[in-house]
Amino acid sequence: MDLFPLWNSLRIALCSAALVFFLGLGAAYYASRANRLVKGILDVVLTLPLVLPPTVVGYLLILLLGPNHALGALILRLFQTKLLMRWWSAIFAVSVVIFPLMYRTARGAFESFDEDLAAAGRTLGLSNAFVFWRIRLPACRQGILAGVVLAFARALGEYGATSMIVGFIPGKTATVATQVAFLWQNQGSTEAGQRALLFWIGINIAISAIVLITVNLLERRKAVKS
Amino acid sequence: MSLLVKIEKKLNDFQLCVDFETSGALLALLGASGSGKSLTLRCIAGLLTPDRGKIVLNGRVLYDSAAGVNLPPQQRRVGYLFQSCALIPHMSVLENVALGYHGQPKARRKELAMEQLRRFRLEVQAQARPATLSGGERQRAALARTLAAEPEALLLDEPFSALDDYLKWELELELARTLEGYGGDAILVSHSRDEVCRLAKSVCVLTHGSSEPVQPVSGLMTAPGTVSAALISGCKNISPVTVLPDGSLFCQDWGWTLPAMPVPRGSTHVGIRAHSLRLGHGPISLGCTVDRVIDNVFSYILMVRTPGPGQLRVEFEKAEQPPAPGESAVIHGAPEEFLFLQGGAAL
Repeated sequence: MDLFPLWNSLRIALCSAALVFFLGLGAAYYASRANRLVKGILDVVLTLPLVLPPTVVGYLLILLLGPNHALGALILRLFQTKLLMRWWSAIFAVSVVIFPLMYRTARGAFESFDEDLAAAGRTLGLSNAFVFWRIRLPACRQGILAGVVLAFARALGEYGATSMIVGFIPGKTATVATQVAFLWQNQGSTEAGQRALLFWIGINIAISAIVLITVNLLERRKAVKS
Repeated sequence: MSLLVKIEKKLNDFQLCVDFETSGALLALLGASGSGKSLTLRCIAGLLTPDRGKIVLNGRVLYDSAAGVNLPPQQRRVGYLFQSCALIPHMSVLENVALGYHGQPKARRKELAMEQLRRFRLEVQAQARPATLSGGERQRAALARTLAAEPEALLLDEPFSALDDYLKWELELELARTLEGYGGDAILVSHSRDEVCRLAKSVCVLTHGSSEPVQPVSGLMTAPGTVSAALISGCKNISPVTVLPDGSLFCQDWGWTLPAMPVPRGSTHVGIRAHSLRLGHGPISLGCTVDRVIDNVFSYILMVRTPGPGQLRVEFEKAEQPPAPGESAVIHGAPEEFLFLQGGAAL
């Protein structure tokens, strides 16, 4: 059995989760300190991908990144490279879809942070960077970790936006999710096809279960502490 | 050693307007909850920016709206002891205290922090997380950390309010000792008159965001000057007063006419402490009816109905036998015990 889709899914999910970790953290930190209006607007805009159909996200991304459209055309002219149909193109799609999970969980963690801790650090003369990385982040770490793990889990299962951005090229852009769809559409009626389907589904469930158990353990530790 | 604070800040519907100066000794900011005490401390520490005004510590300008100076908290050298202690939960007690020594070479920090912990009798807890400490130990650790940074001024934000009574007493003694050894200016925020009496030399009363002139603590008890200061100093009996044509003074709430006596200009109210009133006839007495007898820890408290619309509170030691409710009684007070006060708008 060719395990390329598993490997491809894992690297896309890892890259997207890493990207979204920093972007989501920044947005969450900013939103947790913004006034109510800005926060309300940010919340709606940044949570939209969670409720929009992934196909809509995918199409909007094509409008942005396609070779005949704004950003895509510019990159094509500057670097002679297309932004779609590469394995890494899926990172754009997956990142947009999982962003709200990281953003919302991290924002919740930041909002429950005791500001006195940061104030104490600052009056002791500690730099703002120290206060953020060594006091605020560690104090919120359970919520932030839960957010990034949840985002990673969702990234592994992303199908709709990915299939629109990268299609399905065996050995190049295939992921576990698009592999399952391909098998079902093309070999769903053969015994070998069904066995392959069950194999991929089993892998998918196993990985997702492990990730969710991790999230649960993280949240339980948080509950015990408080 | 001096700290000058003269700031204004509007926060939603709340208007803060404080103006005081302290030099060396411990100054208490006394006020009810919501009077702006913590807000004032936060402005001094640089955690909040006032709308305008000036904060000067030992000649160093920390904030001056006119000159556009606003130092960040890191550069103010103002220590802040938080009500919640604000110990970093994911660091050990030792690491917390070592934060105060971040200006020292890295290798020395732990060593200095350990010395500091010994000074505060916390060496056994050095490796413990703050969550496992008792309330008193947490407070001591926070004080040790704050003083480790050698602040030029120390701000104490209701340091005892989260503690049990017996712990409070122990910590208060300890704090008093520590402050004696600390040379800089210190401000204690409190809503407890007793705490302020025991710890501070001078006091500044804060009412609805406005400060009154700094006065010695003894002055707060013998001549509070304003209605709000009298209330926070624990005076329970306060009535509007009018001067009658013959010079005698009529207490409106109590229907009690006091003989003519010198009254400071601008006085609108008169107050008398519950324990200054005594049963029986005296130079200034009033006939009343006993309404309620309250059995307090070491005293009886009588609520008596006066000829006026208001009641008076009378407190005396348990050695005396209290009259029964419904009985009539005569109470009296010495002329020098009546407090003349300004400002009735707050009531």
